[in-house]
Amino acid sequence: METVQVATLQQHLDRFAGEDVFIHLETTNGAYANHFNEEVFNAGAFIRNVQLRYELAKVVGDSPHRVGLKLPNGWVYAQGITHFEIDEHDRLLMAGHDFSGKLAVALQISRTPFAY
Amino acid sequence: MTIPHEEAVLVIFPHPDDEAFGVSGTISTYIKQGTPVTYACLTLGEMGRNLGNPPFATRESLPQIRKKELQASADAMGLKDLRMMGLRDKTIEFEDDNKMVQLVQDLIDDVKPSLIITFYPDYSVHPDHEATARAVSRAVYRMPQEQRPKIYAVAFSNATKDDLGEPHVIHDITEAREQKMGAMRAHISQTAWMLEEMEKRLADGEPEAENWLHFERFYIFDVETSKYQ
Ligand SMILES: [Zn+2]
Repeated sequence: METVQVATLQQHLDRFAGEDVFIHLETTNGAYANHFNEEVFNAGAFIRNVQLRYELAKVVGDSPHRVGLKLPNGWVYAQGITHFEIDEHDRLLMAGHDFSGKLAVALQISRTPFAY
Repeated sequence: MTIPHEEAVLVIFPHPDDEAFGVSGTISTYIKQGTPVTYACLTLGEMGRNLGNPPFATRESLPQIRKKELQASADAMGLKDLRMMGLRDKTIEFEDDNKMVQLVQDLIDDVKPSLIITFYPDYSVHPDHEATARAVSRAVYRMPQEQRPKIYAVAFSNATKDDLGEPHVIHDITEAREQKMGAMRAHISQTAWMLEEMEKRLADGEPEAENWLHFERFYIFDVETSKYQ
């Protein structure tokens, strides 16, 4: 993965606009967050291989960035994106890694379903 | 130093590194003693969060990395019967409960273990650990009493010592310390931070760090009094 360059990432986001794509979206503070610190409220969300079509996508802000997808009837967004790559299957993988190298958020876009 | 003989041992954990810290010395010791050991690992730890910054892997490439690490850990322990069960990390508690019981029962029917090593229900923190522990408890309870294997359970939630007291079983795994270090190192994508810390403490001769290279601890889990039957 490479550090987000806004213009480059924006070009890739634009490539998938108006097409049926599969989405992976995840936020997490880890299953152990509350074990290590009982003050932590453990929360997260995960969707994988939900199909949708977005009409507009934007990457905004200084790092960590926000990425938002505007759908005909709704929205998808992720906050905290630091890195991205186009993988060997031409999938757009975006992720936010915290200062200790742990994944905190991921947003991924693919024309074909992600593995299970 | 030996540990008591078993006919066959079945280890059931949900994540590729679950065996490394607390059980790999025991697995290696059984294997050295000629006891057949099967390790069924339910997922490939697809949702692992240690991806580095800068990242060395993506959400999509991590499973293949962890699969290789798991195989390397098995090799380090001398384990021949490693089974990857194909479930997805962090989803086990949402699977059908009876399907999970059947998965465990099928493993038991095949391996015919005298001992199962898994997590202790309600004391193992991660939702996948808990779901695995519940499935094992239910599957073993539903067997005819005389055919049930023993269960050695790993417990580490913050309430463990208060509620369960001291571990019932302590294995001296000193002679398998190289194998154990090998298993720890095999899972480097997940254990790098822990290992760095440990090796520093070992180098400083700190006794607690030495401890986990000498002893592994288990609670005997009784399905008769379990909530999960
Ligand atoms: Zn685990």
